[in-house]
This record gives sequence, C-alpha cells and structure tokens, in this order.
Amino acid sequence: MRVPLDWLGEYAVLPAKARGVDIAADLVRVGLEEEGLYGGGVTGPLVVGRVLTKEAEPQRNGKTINWCSLDVAAANGSGAPQWVVCGAHNFEVGDLVAVILPGGTLPTPEGPMEVTARKTYGHLSAGMICSERELGLGEDHDGIIVLTNRFAGDEEMLVRLVPGADAIPLLGLDRETVEVNVTPDRGYCFSVRGIAREYAHATGATFTDPVLALRAAAPANNDAGYPVRLEDDAPIRGRAGCGRYVARIVRGIDVTAPSPGWLRTRLTEAGMRPISLAVDVTNYVMLGLGQPLHAFDLHTLTGDLVVRRARAGERMTTLDGVDRALAPEDLLITDGGERPIAIAGVMGGAATEVTSTTTDVLIEAAYFDPTSIARSARRHRLPSEASRRFERGVDTDLAAAAAELAVQLLVRFGGGVADPGVSDIGTPPTPSTIALDPTLPSRRIGVDYPAATVLKVLREIGCAVSEVSEADVSEGAALAVLPPTWRPDLRTPLDLVEEVARIDGYDKIPSILPTPPGGRGLTHAQRVRRLVATVLAGEGLHEMWSAPFVGDARHAALGWDVAQTRARTVALANPLSEEQPLIRTSVLATMVDAVARNVSRGSKDVGLFEIGSVVTGPGSGRPAPTVQVGVHPSSDILAAIHAAVPEQQRHLGILLTGDRDRAGWWGGGRRADVTDVLALVRSLGAALGVQVTLTPDTQAPYHPGRCARVSLADGTLVGHAGELHPKVLLALDLPERTVGAELSLEVLTTASEQPTEATTLVTSPVAYSDIALVVDELVPAAAVEEAVRRGAGASLEGIALFDVYRGDQIPAGHKSLAYRLSFREVGRTLTTEQVSGLRDAAVAAAAAAVGAVQRT
Amino acid sequence: MSGPNTSYDPVEVAALDPAAIEAAVAAALAAADAAPDLAALKAARTAHQGDRSALALANREIGALPPSAKAEAGQRVGQARARVAQAFTARQGILEAERDERILVEEAVDVTLPTGRRPLGRRHPTELMAERIADVFVGLGWELAEGPEVEAEWFNFDALNFDADHPARQMQDTFYVEPPESGLILRTHTSPVQARALLERGVPLYIACLGRVFRTDELDATHMPAFHQVEGLAVDEGITMAHLKGTLDRLATELFGQGITTRLRPSYFPFTEPSAEMDLRCFVCRGSDSACRTCKGTGWIEWGGCGMVNENVLRACGVDPQRYSGFAFGMGIDRALMFRTGVSDMRDMIEGDVRFTAQFGMEI
Repeated sequence: MRVPLDWLGEYAVLPAKARGVDIAADLVRVGLEEEGLYGGGVTGPLVVGRVLTKEAEPQRNGKTINWCSLDVAAANGSGAPQWVVCGAHNFEVGDLVAVILPGGTLPTPEGPMEVTARKTYGHLSAGMICSERELGLGEDHDGIIVLTNRFAGDEEMLVRLVPGADAIPLLGLDRETVEVNVTPDRGYCFSVRGIAREYAHATGATFTDPVLALRAAAPANNDAGYPVRLEDDAPIRGRAGCGRYVARIVRGIDVTAPSPGWLRTRLTEAGMRPISLAVDVTNYVMLGLGQPLHAFDLHTLTGDLVVRRARAGERMTTLDGVDRALAPEDLLITDGGERPIAIAGVMGGAATEVTSTTTDVLIEAAYFDPTSIARSARRHRLPSEASRRFERGVDTDLAAAAAELAVQLLVRFGGGVADPGVSDIGTPPTPSTIALDPTLPSRRIGVDYPAATVLKVLREIGCAVSEVSEADVSEGAALAVLPPTWRPDLRTPLDLVEEVARIDGYDKIPSILPTPPGGRGLTHAQRVRRLVATVLAGEGLHEMWSAPFVGDARHAALGWDVAQTRARTVALANPLSEEQPLIRTSVLATMVDAVARNVSRGSKDVGLFEIGSVVTGPGSGRPAPTVQVGVHPSSDILAAIHAAVPEQQRHLGILLTGDRDRAGWWGGGRRADVTDVLALVRSLGAALGVQVTLTPDTQAPYHPGRCARVSLADGTLVGHAGELHPKVLLALDLPERTVGAELSLEVLTTASEQPTEATTLVTSPVAYSDIALVVDELVPAAAVEEAVRRGAGASLEGIALFDVYRGDQIPAGHKSLAYRLSFREVGRTLTTEQVSGLRDAAVAAAAAAVGAVQRT
Repeated sequence: MSGPNTSYDPVEVAALDPAAIEAAVAAALAAADAAPDLAALKAARTAHQGDRSALALANREIGALPPSAKAEAGQRVGQARARVAQAFTARQGILEAERDERILVEEAVDVTLPTGRRPLGRRHPTELMAERIADVFVGLGWELAEGPEVEAEWFNFDALNFDADHPARQMQDTFYVEPPESGLILRTHTSPVQARALLERGVPLYIACLGRVFRTDELDATHMPAFHQVEGLAVDEGITMAHLKGTLDRLATELFGQGITTRLRPSYFPFTEPSAEMDLRCFVCRGSDSACRTCKGTGWIEWGGCGMVNENVLRACGVDPQRYSGFAFGMGIDRALMFRTGVSDMRDMIEGDVRFTAQFGMEI
C-alpha cells in the first residue's frame, strides 16, 4: 500500500517537515513493514534558471557540450550569472530550466549524491541543469526539463516560474510517498485511513477518522432508492455473499470535467492511473477509506439490481473484454435478476461500464463475504484492488460513508446532482464480543501489563470494553471486548493479546531462555548422516544437493522403465518445467546434471555425493483427507493422512568421473574405475560397522558387467554400485567410465544400530601361507574367498588377494588368484605341518566349491 | 686371539722396544687422523690395529718375555693399544656423524612441492550451517525432528491454521501434487514438522527441525525452488514471548557472535498469534554505519518469522491450549549461510560445482 504523506497528514497529525523515512520507521513498530520510499530525494538549492547564453563546444570524444550561463537571481548568493556545463541540447537561450546549485543533493541508486562545483571539459561547472531522471521524476533522460514546456497551458504554474524560485515545490519534489507491506490479516490497512490510524497508535499522534463525518452525512435508505434485492440462495460456509448493499445515484455529471490535479497526483502516487472523474473518484475513495466501490452507467441498467449466485452455464464479459464462464459459487450483480453485470467484488461487466459519455452513474458500495470473493478472484485469476480488500475483510460499517464521499466528490468536481433516493439494505456481520482475562497478555507475553494498560490499548484500537474495576480484575473478572467494525481479524483472546503487546511495543519484551527438560541429543540416524558425509569428504568427494525434479526423459536416459518409474512416484500439478514434473526416486537422477556441469566448466576430475530424500513408494493412492482448522482429526482421519503421504527415504548417491588420483609432478593420474566406488561402499560399511556384501548384478543405470548389488549379511538390499552404462553416459553427456553408487541410508542406519561385539586379541605368533588358485574366469573372487575361508577354518585370521594372473601359464578362460593366508591360534604357536594342513584344507574346499586347482 | 708364543726368541723382539712402540702409536694416531672417510679409516684400522700391525705383533711377543719383564712390557703395550683404539673410535664417531649429516642433507625434499594426488573433498556449507544450528539447539536441550518433503496439505496448512480460503495460503507459491484432490504438496516450510512432532511426541516439547522446503520460484541469483529452513517449536506450561526472544537471541549470538541479538516486529502468520518478524542485529556494522551495505544502513537484517503458537494449531494437534502455550519460529538456513560467508548468488549453492564447496573448510 502506497501512502502519499500529504494524504496521510489529512487524517493524522504529522510532525512539521515530517520525512518519509521517519514515518516509515514509526509504522514498522506497529507491524507495517517499509517496502519503499518515493520522492523526497532531492534537497535544495534546486531553482528556476533562465538560460542567458549557450555556447556549443565540440569535444575531442565526439560529444558536444554546452557552456551556459543562467540567471538564477539571488539564489546563488551573488545574483551573478551561474555558469554550468550541460550535455543536453533540447533547450534554447531564454528557456526556463531547473538548475541544481552546489550543495544540493540528487537521488541515485547508490544513495544521495551531493552536487559540487567541479572542473569538467575545461570549465568550472557550478551546478547542473536537471533531467527528469536525475530528479527521480521519471525515466526521461534524453534532455533536460524545460519548465515552460512542462507547464504549458497551466497559467497558475507559469506565473510562478521566475528565475531563482525554489523549483522543489514547483516540481512536486517535496512530496513523499511511503509504501508499506500490509499483512493479510490487516485488510483495513489497505487504506490511508487505516494507515493513519496505525500511525497514531505508533506515535500517539492525533487521528481524525474521516468516516465519522461522512457517516453522519450519509442519508439513510429510503423508498426512492434504486431497487436492490439480495438473493443469495447458496451462502458459502453459511455466510451470505452480500451483507450490505448501498446504491447511490449522481446525475448530470459533466463528461468533460477532469479530476482535480491534487486527486490525480494522489492516485498516481498511490500507484493507480487516473482515467476519468467517475473512475478516479471510486479509486480515490477505495484508497482513502478502504471501501471498494463500483460505478455503473445508470442508463445501461434496465431492472432491479439483484445480487445472487451464478447459474450453471452462465457467462459474462468483464470490463477487461474477456468472456468468462461463471461458476455457481460466483456471486453476481445482475440487472433485473437475469443479466450478469458484475462478478461481485472482483470485476464489473463491460456492458454497464462507465464510459466517456456517461453522465449518470450508480455508485455501489457493498460488504461482500471474504471467502466468496477470494474464491471468485482465484477461480477467474482476477486479483484486483477490490478483491484484495474484500478477501481480507472490509470494515462492515463503511459502505454508506464511502458512497457518501464518492457522491460528494462527483457533485463537487463533476457538477452532478445527487439523487435523493438512496438504497442501503442488508445487515453485515457484526463483531462478536470477546471475553478477555486481563492477565492473559502478561501470561503469554512475559511483560507485566497492568489491567489499566490492557484497557487503554484495547480502547485505543477502537474496541468497546466493559467497565471493570481493578478489584473486579483481581477477582478474575473477564473483560467483555467488542472489536471495532474494521477489525474482523480480532476474534480470540490471543488476537487481543497481540494488540496489547504490539501497541505497548514488542521492544519491551524481555529476553529469557526457556528451560527444557533435556533431550536425547542427536539420534543415531542423524549421527550416521554426518559420519557418512565426513567419510566421503575425507575420501575426496564433494557434498552437493539438488532440487528433486525429474521427468520421463531423464528416467529413459537412465535406462529405466518410464511407466514403472512414474508409477512409483508422484507428479506435480504445477511443475516449474513441463519436462520435470516428477519427484525423483533416485538421487543419482538429479546428481548427474552436476557432474556434467562440472566437466563443462572445466573440472574434469570430480567426485560428488548427495544425501537426499527420494520417493520410494506410492502412498495409499487415496486423497489425503483434511479437516477444518483448529480441529483435532480423528485417529482414522490421521491414519488416512499418514497413509496418503508417499514413502520417502534418504538415499546416498555417489558419482566419480575423471581421475581418482590426479596426475602431477609425481607421475601420471589414475582414472576412477568401478573398484573405486566399490571401495567407497566398503569404507562406508566399515565406518558404520556394517558388513556389506557385494555381488554381481545387472541393474540400470549400470554397465551389466560392472555392477554390484550391495546387501547386508542377511541379504537386505542396500543399493547398487558400478560403472554407468555406456548408453547412459552417452544420453546424459557424461564422461566415459563415470562410476556411481546409490545406497539407502535408512537401511544402513538400521543395520548400524547394534553395537559391535569386541573379540579379545590373540597374541600368539602369526603364520603365513601363500596359495594360488586357478579358477574359471566366470567364478567371482568372493566365491573363491568364501570357500577358502570355510576350508581354512577358525584359525584363519586374514586373507589377502595379492595377485590376479591371466596368461600362458594357465588354461585359457581361467584366472589365477594368489592369496596370502594368515593363521593364528589362541595359546599356541602353529607348526609348519599344522599350517600346511590348514592350507590344504582351504585349497580342497575351494576345489570342491568352485573347481579351483592349486597352481604349482 | 694369540696364545703364548714359545718359538720366538725374546732378544729378537725389537718390537717391544719402547721407542718402537711409541713410533707405532704415533703412526697409528696419524693414520686415524688422516683418514678422510669411513672406508679409509677402516683400512687404517686394519693396518694399525689388525693382526699384522706392529702393536699386535708386540702384544703377541709379550708372552715370550721373562716373567720379570712381562708386567712392564704388558703395561706399555696395553696402554699403547688403548690409545690407538680410542683414537680410531673417536675418529670413527666423527666420520659417522659427518656421514649421517651428509645423508640427511642429501635426502632433503622440497616441501614446497604440490601434493594434490588426491585432494580432500568437502561438506556442503549449507549442510554444515544446518548442523551448526542443530548443535546449538541440542546444546540447549532441544531435540531434532524430521518430516517428509512430499507432505499432506493438512500438515502443511490446515493443521497450522492456514484456512483453505485464507489469502495467506495463496501467498505460499505451493507445488501441488497431481491430481489436485490428492491432498498432497511439497512442503512449503518446515512447519508441518511442528504438527507431526506434537502428534507423535506430545508435550512438553522442544524441537528444532531443519530441512528442505519448496516454493514455485524459478532459479535465479536470489531465488531457489528448493531451499532450507530451520524451524523451532517449544510447547510447555508457562511459555511466553519472552522465552521466544531469549531463544532467538541465544541462537543469534551462537551463530553470529557476542552482542548480536534480535528484534521483534509485529507481523502476521496464520500459525502464530501474536506473530512477529525477527530482525538480526547487523553483524557487520552492528547498527553503527548508516552506509552499511549488508543492512542498508538500517542496523538490522530480516531473518525470519516467529510468534506464539496459535491455539488452533495446539487444538488441531490435540494439545490443551488452556494449559499449554508455546512459541515457534522459522528462518532460512541458506540465508544464514549467505550472511555468514558472503555467498552472493544462490545458484552457486544448488549447482554442485566443486569450486564452490572447495572454498570452505569443513567447519563453518
């Protein structure tokens, strides 16, 4: 809401020479946050100057500047000509211009700039001839302001243009507008009246409610008024769509009469475009008092005004020229009950619009139900100045006063005549009395508010409060508080508590640390996440996070079944991109973009990880139910809400590309391969104390021959790791041999919850024995090792694969795996014979299990 | 080792002549001193201390002397041999020390060489910031709560007193899940975790929730469709707005340093009543610089929203508002990171460029 200060000053007494910045600071205290300040950026001396001489001087840079002397009378202290350099050319000797003298300041995006006499283009330029943009009056920077042109035709202004005159008021540069943000509960602050009231609360300034006099002047309903009928047969949430409807008529308005300059200026400063007297007046009243009005061209109306809900299939063309299908919940103003002429409180119809030939108007000032208006505005995507106010709640006792002001302005400036006939029908909702325990504000805020303070604040904001004595209060008597008609947001005792705290000042609230009973610290799951991230960062990977949006194309690129993947997750109704309507089922699906981005930006050796939420299963598939605010749902409804939310898990994604070990002066680099990502998976298992098993698997998006299934000892799936499939790499424009893994942190967390059981260290001597086993190429190493472990028995302490050989010495299609076995037994030293026996048993077990032959 | 030598005629034994022994010692000492390195010393030692050396021969001849001469000759030869041995040992020590020193010099490595064979990775600073905030609350005895990102509308809105028709509900730029009647959304704030925690854990309750939230904002330098919030909720008997202020002040001080406190300004949120915006004392100028770029000269920086938990929220979660009251607050973690580290373009935080993370240590 933009508030021109002179308008604010009409309703509240402002300090002399009040600055916008100070007014804004006062308003912040009561909850009206500053959004912007307009005007007031120019400080004097900015004076009228007459161009005496103008010498064009071409410059070496191709520009031509003008070396000018100006008559600024005594404004420069001497009365001598003021010499300035000017780059513009749109003026002649004799013109009157606005010139800022040294000591003046101009607004710039970087803050105020002080004008000084300075050397430029070989002259001492003592000031500047100003353009619109330099003065913050507009965007025009093509030339300077020629005052005689600017005020052409305005005799009143032209006579004030004398050299040396203060140009700040002439150009309206002394006017300031403060823009504040109005929170959705404060509908009344969408008016100068409301802001003025709040300014008075913030500062104690005297506030004069303009509505009081207007309400007294407004005539009552009579038989001669334009016939209006309220026929809402389908109220929303039990509330009538139209609570009150005032119709006033002004006839014989001069179609050529413009809005007065001050009114147009105020509208412009408040952010609205002046159009015509009738339209400007309705907007002015809305901005001033907060009551949206609508003006109908009286001659386009043929019957009674009937306010009713729309009928199925009904249509109307709104004044923006759009033909709209109406919904049965839309509240309409109709002509004679048949022809829709306005979507109530949202937008009028084209057919009854006030035009440049309208002489007789019907002014509508009504109270419409906030919910009804909010829904219509949303349905038709027509947020308007009117709907914004109605949906936040307009003062329920404002319609007659607002219509009266509109009528007065049309009569005064349009030469019209007000009809004696007045329609003012309906009963708007009235505020309900709130029982307030006067100690509640103190108990909720932590500031000791005496009952007298509570009473004073509530009365100050316009509440009617029952008379109670301090004695009554000490006996626990509640105050009966009737909020004012402009505060529909005051409904509960806590709403009043806020008012007490707000008006008394939030700055008085002390700072006290509460004393909770003590918590459990981080959970195991939270510690696991930190540990995993720390381990991976220590392994050279960078943590990242990405937005979870994906689409079918990404799933296809990853080699997944598009339909199945879509069925496993949820889609957004309003995605940012039509290509990415789905929520990811995998963190790799969104991480891959970062790999490609790094590579394209020149980081070719990259390790990334992300711990992020993914959808792992659909919810119940039934809509999540909801219940009215403030109501505790039944356990059945709560269960249904929980069931509808899709299952989500935290996944860990890892991607490595380029060199795992970098090249440098020490030698060549080593490209990341699948063993690196498998090693990371094993390291994580070790860090968490979880035994993870890797077995060959084929699973998109991985290379079918270079993919491992990661599982727990009991077979529970943790995830997969491997080299990405060449087709996937191609489709996603990733470097070849990029490797990755995706693991369920949920599974790892659960598995790591059990504490490790320690074994006592055996200190007897260790014995080593080496074996080389030749097996078929297809036999996995893990199977060989498993057989060796089993065969070697409990004395086997360690097994290390130290060589893999393929070549002439062994049959084709085979490989030789060389292991070093280490043995140790409690309480005795193993003899050579014993070690040989254990080794032979291991070899025999491998022979039996995987057909291994010992290489000799 | 040599035994008594009976075949020698003592008269012939010139080697036992004191002058000859003295000469042999002198020669040995000179040789030891002259040896330039350990190899030369070893050779000299063989020549002067070895079996064939003059002193060794003299020693051997002692046995052939008559008993009356043995003692004197033995003493003379023994002293001579000891002097020689000592000289060689001393020289040996000097040469070994010289060698060791030389080797250490030769083994010197240029420690200024680069060492980035496998550079350290990094945590994401946003996550570190979140952990830092979480630890402040854990330190205060609060617990951390979590909730899903795809959330039921009831938890995100209705439970928090956002009426379906209230303008505040339209101001959230919500991502809705298809079909529109699914009743699901992407959570627009971490506040639904308030309702989940109240329902699951009951009261008294002191929880912080840190997590990712979503709004329909296109990605640019100052907006992200996904970002991070921290939410705090305390519900207990006798909780007041002063406790809210105390908690916020403590958090501000822990994160931004001594003297950095907060300011409350009246505002509106459906889930709190009274409601407030919280401002953070500008940690750059501390309110002392009217030209400060960080706070634009106001001395304060907008930090988040807060207030006393609306009674309708307590009711929706089955908590008796007559007995319990509470406060809640929420603020942006990404924003806190930007304050703390001067990150100026939000895209840097979400794009996963390793050059971004590489700037930071792993303690924010």
